[in-house]
Amino acid sequence: MAETALTTHGLSPARPDGWEGIAADWSSDQRAFKNVSWGKAMMWIFLLSDTFIFSCFLLSYMTARMSTTVPWPNPSEVFALEIAGHHIPLILIAIMTFVLISSSGTMAMAVNFGYRRDRVKTAVLMLVTAALGATFVGMQAFEWTKLIMEGVRPWENPWGAAQFGSSFFMITGFHGTHVTIGVIFLIIIARKVWRGDFDVGRRGFFTSRKGNYEVVEITGLYWHFVDLVWVFIFAFFYLW
Amino acid sequence: MANVAVHLEAQQPSLHAHVHDAIAAPHVEGQQHPIKVYLVVWGWLFVLSACSYLVDYFHLQGYLRWSLILLFMVLKAGLIVAVFMHMAWERLALAYAILLPPVAVLVFVAIMVFESEYTHLIRVLFFGSPA
Repeated sequence: MAETALTTHGLSPARPDGWEGIAADWSSDQRAFKNVSWGKAMMWIFLLSDTFIFSCFLLSYMTARMSTTVPWPNPSEVFALEIAGHHIPLILIAIMTFVLISSSGTMAMAVNFGYRRDRVKTAVLMLVTAALGATFVGMQAFEWTKLIMEGVRPWENPWGAAQFGSSFFMITGFHGTHVTIGVIFLIIIARKVWRGDFDVGRRGFFTSRKGNYEVVEITGLYWHFVDLVWVFIFAFFYLW
Repeated sequence: MANVAVHLEAQQPSLHAHVHDAIAAPHVEGQQHPIKVYLVVWGWLFVLSACSYLVDYFHLQGYLRWSLILLFMVLKAGLIVAVFMHMAWERLALAYAILLPPVAVLVFVAIMVFESEYTHLIRVLFFGSPA
């Protein structure tokens, strides 16, 4: 019994107190995500918080659409285009969807080649991803221009409920911003990959740490998330 | 050793996770999966997107439209998260920490549905012209 009482439950007796103690305890190599680096874990946690932001946007859109007594504009018609004399509903949005999915595919391949340490293929695939992302943003700019010329404003539009404009600009605007940031992020990392930073262990300009190819996967997580959000926007805003 | 693992993975996708844990994990850096998996998922994402576009193109309406939209949406989201974002191969501690909190959003949805129904009712009662 005396031996049991001596046990200190694994705590080493001399740990610092006060602020120093707080820092020491929180940094004492205790981790929940055993095989995931801090970078990847933090990207996932950031994406979780971003999920809540986009959820709130889509929820406010749902609330506005459900509670208005004025008819909601028909997205199928609003986003239709005349191509070669044919009136095709929602065609621009369909093309944008395919462009973004393609960019997700090239990103997944880039991550794969990154872990295979194929520097050139990784960088090229990331640049292709960035180009597809830029194409997406360009098409969105075209869509915004078209709608603004047709008289859509955050406070009114020619076809029905006024909240259509505010929901549209808020949701697609935030998503487009995410895509734009992703494109910049992709180009920066692609440059590092191209230069061979992760092969020679060159230190980053911001953290002065040596990077590795996992950063390609972390960039990929962000990029796939942008695609993921579009899946929900496409379903709820454009198709519903 | 690593080459054997990759070869096995390509041949027997059902054994993939097992083989990955047992043999490949100590030798392979990061998330390393056969390229074929990504190409297949990519193809499915195209097919599912085309299907959801066709829902609109053929003017399906009512519950059929809504259930198909939700079905294709959930399948696409699942494929992206599970394969492209590698969640299928991560440990459960991470998967639950990230995937469970968004479920709370569904509660929020329910609350806001009640709220919108109430607002709509009040608007109909006091301003007339129901939608």
